[in-house]
Amino acid sequence: MLRSSVEDGSAPASREGATNGAAHAPLRVAVVGNPNAGKSTLFNALTGLAQRVGNYPGVTVERKSGTFEVAGRRIELIDLPGTYSLAAHSPDEMVAVDLLLGHVAGERAPDAVLAVIDASNLERNLYLLSQVVDLGLPVVVALNMSDVAERRGIHVDAEQLAARLGAPVVPTRANRGAGVDRLREALRAVADARAPTRPPVAYALPDPLAQGVAALRSGVAAPARAALSRDLHEFELLRALVDEEGHAEARLRALDGGAAEALAASRARARGPSTVPLSALEAQSRYRWIRQLVTGCVRRDERMPATWTDRIDRVLTHKVSGTLVFATAMLVLFESIFAWAAPAQEALEAAMGWVGGAIGAWMPEGALRSLLVDGVVGGVGSVVAFLPQILLLFLFLGILEDCGYMARAAFLMDKVMASVGLSGKSFIPMLSGFACAVPAVMATRVIENRRDRLATMLVTPLMTCSARLPVYAVMISAFVPQRTVLGGWVRLSALTLLSLYLLGIVTAVAMAFLLKRTLLRGPAPPFVMELPSYKVPSLRVLLQRLRERAVAFLARAGTVILAMSIVVWALAYFPHGERPAVAPAAAHAAAVSAGDDVAARAAQLEGSALGRVGHALEPVFRPLGWDWRITVATLASFPAREVVVATLGTIFNLGDAENDPEGLERALAKARRADGSPLFTLPVALSVMVFFALCCQCGATVATIRRETNSWGWAWFTFSYMTLLAYGASLVVFQGSRWFGA
Amino acid sequence: MRTLDQLRPGMSARVVRLAARGAIGQRLSDMGFVEGTAVKLIRAAPLGDPLEVEIQDYLLSLRRAEAHLVEISDA
Repeated sequence: MLRSSVEDGSAPASREGATNGAAHAPLRVAVVGNPNAGKSTLFNALTGLAQRVGNYPGVTVERKSGTFEVAGRRIELIDLPGTYSLAAHSPDEMVAVDLLLGHVAGERAPDAVLAVIDASNLERNLYLLSQVVDLGLPVVVALNMSDVAERRGIHVDAEQLAARLGAPVVPTRANRGAGVDRLREALRAVADARAPTRPPVAYALPDPLAQGVAALRSGVAAPARAALSRDLHEFELLRALVDEEGHAEARLRALDGGAAEALAASRARARGPSTVPLSALEAQSRYRWIRQLVTGCVRRDERMPATWTDRIDRVLTHKVSGTLVFATAMLVLFESIFAWAAPAQEALEAAMGWVGGAIGAWMPEGALRSLLVDGVVGGVGSVVAFLPQILLLFLFLGILEDCGYMARAAFLMDKVMASVGLSGKSFIPMLSGFACAVPAVMATRVIENRRDRLATMLVTPLMTCSARLPVYAVMISAFVPQRTVLGGWVRLSALTLLSLYLLGIVTAVAMAFLLKRTLLRGPAPPFVMELPSYKVPSLRVLLQRLRERAVAFLARAGTVILAMSIVVWALAYFPHGERPAVAPAAAHAAAVSAGDDVAARAAQLEGSALGRVGHALEPVFRPLGWDWRITVATLASFPAREVVVATLGTIFNLGDAENDPEGLERALAKARRADGSPLFTLPVALSVMVFFALCCQCGATVATIRRETNSWGWAWFTFSYMTLLAYGASLVVFQGSRWFGA
Repeated sequence: MRTLDQLRPGMSARVVRLAARGAIGQRLSDMGFVEGTAVKLIRAAPLGDPLEVEIQDYLLSLRRAEAHLVEISDA
């Protein structure tokens, strides 16, 4: 559509040229900008649905790219993580610098940079731009949110700014799509011309820094060039010099054993007798340049109008009203994923059940039918069952994030979270864990600090998620005495449920504390967080992000969950049709002859690989008070803990356990050990519940942690520590409650 | 020397110097805490920490411990 509008006025020859251009490799444009500058909205407005999401090799930073076509030229936009500065202390900032310099494996350096600048917050946004200009690439500036700036009495003269920067400045209002066509054309022209941006009002490094960079170049250049087989960029040297203990320094040290001395010497050279840190020196000089740049381009009204953000903040961060609104927002968030997702989830499960039934009726009995019905359809069912919760949670989190409230929530809760060594940003992901750990782990992306994010991710699965409830419900109503305690006010069953929730919270907090002091120890990250202006979220951006999340979950986690479901199915199905090798041969024969389907299934399960493993592992779980049947049911529920209800139903010879909880409770109460004593006593029931409270029986969570950390290591670590913790706690509970004669 | 955490809500001051080094000092510098910049304390969070300040036309939250590293003089 864009091509035709431009081609109308062009001669046939130039159209020919344009078509040839499109056949070449697309022009590459990297998008940089501060968080909250409207970068994602503008990216979506430019590329529409033509987007791809992936990961950069070796780091957990998401790589998002999209394409569009203008004047017959294809342009690939690469959306870099939102950053305030190119000083690289986080992987996000490192990826941004490396990509801009063309140092990411398999990625050509961009042909141009699109810098998204928030006009209502010009000076701080121009800080990043001043560093980007240093890289020597062609730059186009999108002057975004000019409407917000106008309302706040800040008037920016875009043409004047463009003249001083030596780069096109296109006013945009990304949420309305205004200015987008002009921006596309400017990007094409600048990227095609390949002329680095050189501002007429030039920024020069202050002398001490320039001398430090020169000293560093002569100190490390030769060995680094040999190791990298390329020259070090001026900006890389500046970063290594200024960013103490940053990524650039770490990389230099790794390349060259002598780099540490050269660094120390060049820093001493740059610092001289002054006590001002080099980073402050750089910031001062850049902000001075920014003042030169904007003087005369920006007019401010005499009296700044009180902004909506001020007025809203007066309510939302107030001691009383702020706390009330926060509690209400969290309650709605929690209730929605807990309750509103349930009908959709049930509908999806019913649909999967219908599909399974249809396949079952249509195919002949055999391994293939069982694989499709129990393995594939069951596995797909447990994948899609998470979708309603994921979509709802992310819709809510997206609204909170985009309207600006998320930062206020972190502001309100920071002191609480700081006491365990985390920051306010960990609160909402951990709270979301009460509904479902899968979207909660995905929600940790708001935490920039890697160690904080990992710690939050690793403890969130300990929160009592909704899938634990069916297990608790069956066990509590079957085995916890119907009594009231505390003077008749509280039922013992309710107290048990509350204790299980508390067990999850206390363990999660203790683990976070422990992790932050051992494996994830490091300097406390600064909690210097922008409180963005409130704004109305864009529905288009929200839906786009929802789609991304859903696709990411289905594609990356879904396949792993499906594979695990099929493995467990195979273990429960094979060997099939033989006489079970262990005890119940007679029962099996009797059951088959009586046509008793349920009993036959129970016998089949016992004779299967899973049943044999259950028997073999029985001694391991005996100290918890378990027999082989509980062991098998627990093993079968590792892909998804809620499956245990159905498995218990099968093992204890019950038809439809899920729709007949009372029947299952009776069957469990009647179950006997070999010596005739009841299998489930209160200590055994408590031991099972505590195990389910702490164990990571959720393939989806493991797969999601693996996706979010880009490593199986952390996924297995979570699985292992939770399982060991569950075993230990169950052991203590069972042996302890027997000791006290409960 | 007075520091930013000693400012009362609603009061303004100017940044004199950052006593912070390393990553925290760099972050504060990048976010606009440079010599001569005006900064206003808006309020403290309901639990007393962190603080909300206005600097360079925007709102920023930082902990008292971090604000203590920002030396200020009267506006």
